[in-house]
Amino acid sequence: MTVTRRTFVISAAAASVLPTLNAFATVDDATQAVDKILGGRSAQVGRVTLEIPPLVENGNLVTMKVSVQSPMTEADYVRAIHIVAEGNPLPNVVSFFLSPRAGRAAITTRIRLGDSQRVRAIAQMGDGSFWQGDAATLVTLAACTEV
Amino acid sequence: MFRSSQALQSNERLQRNEMFQRNEMLESNEMPWVWQVFLSCLLEKRLSLAILFSLAILLPFHASSRADPVGAERQSSYVLMSPDTKAMQDDPLLNPATFAVLDGQVLWQEIAGKKNQSCASCHGDATVSMKGVAASFPKVNTAGQLLSLTGRINQCRTEQQSATPFAAESKPLLALSAFVATQSKGMPITVERTAANEASLAAGQRLFNQRMGQLNLSCAQCHAERAGQKLAGNPIPQAHPTAYPIYRLEWQTVGSLERRLRNCLVGVRAEPFAFGSTELLELELFLAWRARAMLLESPGVRP
Amino acid sequence: MNKTSRTIVTMPTTAKKGEILKIRIIVQHDMESGFRHTETGQRIPRDIIRDFRCTYNGVEVFRVELHPAMGANPLIVFTTTAIESGTLEFKWSGDNGYASSTTSTLTVT
Repeated sequence: MTVTRRTFVISAAAASVLPTLNAFATVDDATQAVDKILGGRSAQVGRVTLEIPPLVENGNLVTMKVSVQSPMTEADYVRAIHIVAEGNPLPNVVSFFLSPRAGRAAITTRIRLGDSQRVRAIAQMGDGSFWQGDAATLVTLAACTEV
Repeated sequence: MFRSSQALQSNERLQRNEMFQRNEMLESNEMPWVWQVFLSCLLEKRLSLAILFSLAILLPFHASSRADPVGAERQSSYVLMSPDTKAMQDDPLLNPATFAVLDGQVLWQEIAGKKNQSCASCHGDATVSMKGVAASFPKVNTAGQLLSLTGRINQCRTEQQSATPFAAESKPLLALSAFVATQSKGMPITVERTAANEASLAAGQRLFNQRMGQLNLSCAQCHAERAGQKLAGNPIPQAHPTAYPIYRLEWQTVGSLERRLRNCLVGVRAEPFAFGSTELLELELFLAWRARAMLLESPGVRP
Repeated sequence: MNKTSRTIVTMPTTAKKGEILKIRIIVQHDMESGFRHTETGQRIPRDIIRDFRCTYNGVEVFRVELHPAMGANPLIVFTTTAIESGTLEFKWSGDNGYASSTTSTLTVT
């Protein structure tokens, strides 16, 4: 079959778009990672507070605090908290596993953020239900680096 | 009309692709659009307008030059950091450089070299013997050699311990320099102009004021004249070496002033001076003298 | 990365029964993400801590799964309820056989 100029131009245009599609893949990766955590269920928005500085000087070490409103009793406690980043090469950042013995569902740690992005926190309760929260941040680059 | 807008577009492209950093630096002076109009006037042979705009270009640039901050005007780059990064530096249990200090504490006791001595063998308790030491470097020794703290550590290794010197920027050297430097924490830098260091100090000052690299910028243009203004979203520090060695978040590890200066040189697209070079040493001496009486914070955390 | 390294825990040594204790732990580890390259363009292989566990008199009270996006020299601040006197053990494990641990004794009145 002869390749007409029309088909060539259309396929070339399509091929040129492919690299840009890749750049957005991480948001889809993040959604996939969240879906895997949820296992078919849905997460209600609320109860989860994710605190990240709105402007970060360097993405290599970003202080992050996540807390979930919960009495942490046998009847009502947080079983796990999963942190998923939408702009990192890999979406999963860290997962915390707690029990009522934690007393409070509040954890602070330091993470890497590769770019300005939205970070999501998915909390699973003792009864299996899910709640979620998120935070967006701007990540700036340091001036005068190695390369 | 079409020709002048083309000229404007190619100027924009030139500025964006090749002069991004210079534009960022000069953006507070409104130079970009003034340059564009000036060049388009020249291209369209509107000479009188071009002359008018050339004045507009020269005047703001002259007005923005400020003298190097002195005395109480001087500030550590600590003040420019976000609250989180400051907290990271302030609390030793949050400071990632603490591990380097602890490693240094171990190395201090370690026997090394043919003479089977450790640092402790001669210097005893570092919290006593090393107090104020880091704050006095770089300095000229009795043999007339200008040495930085790491240079002095390696001199001890070779001459007193008969051990192999540590490689530049190696973990053990950084650990020892972090351990020694932190013994001077809170103490003022005591580097003064002396007959012995005069020539090196002058050389360092010349280097500080010398334009370098493809971007043709001197240290002074950013760190003296435009300290406090923004470069690509980040505030420009005055560049006082009050916290070295630092845990630079960008490096994700502890590093020396030499490494940081090399980063600056890469930043202006200059071939960086080699580790241990005379140029870096002279610059370090000048920077320490320029920061004399400022308090040491080592080990610091910096973005 | 060495097979083991320092880990420093900060927590109270005494507490009232039922009190919620804040525990801060940091470990010396580069957390090589696997996304960095050498100057000559070669990828530096991943080498990270994968797991952190806190046990209280042998019972696991807190666990963490770490991924490459955890920052170097991992720091975790968490809580646990003081239920009885005893020993808290903190264990890190990761790639290439890395393991480090520390303990802390707690007196609960």
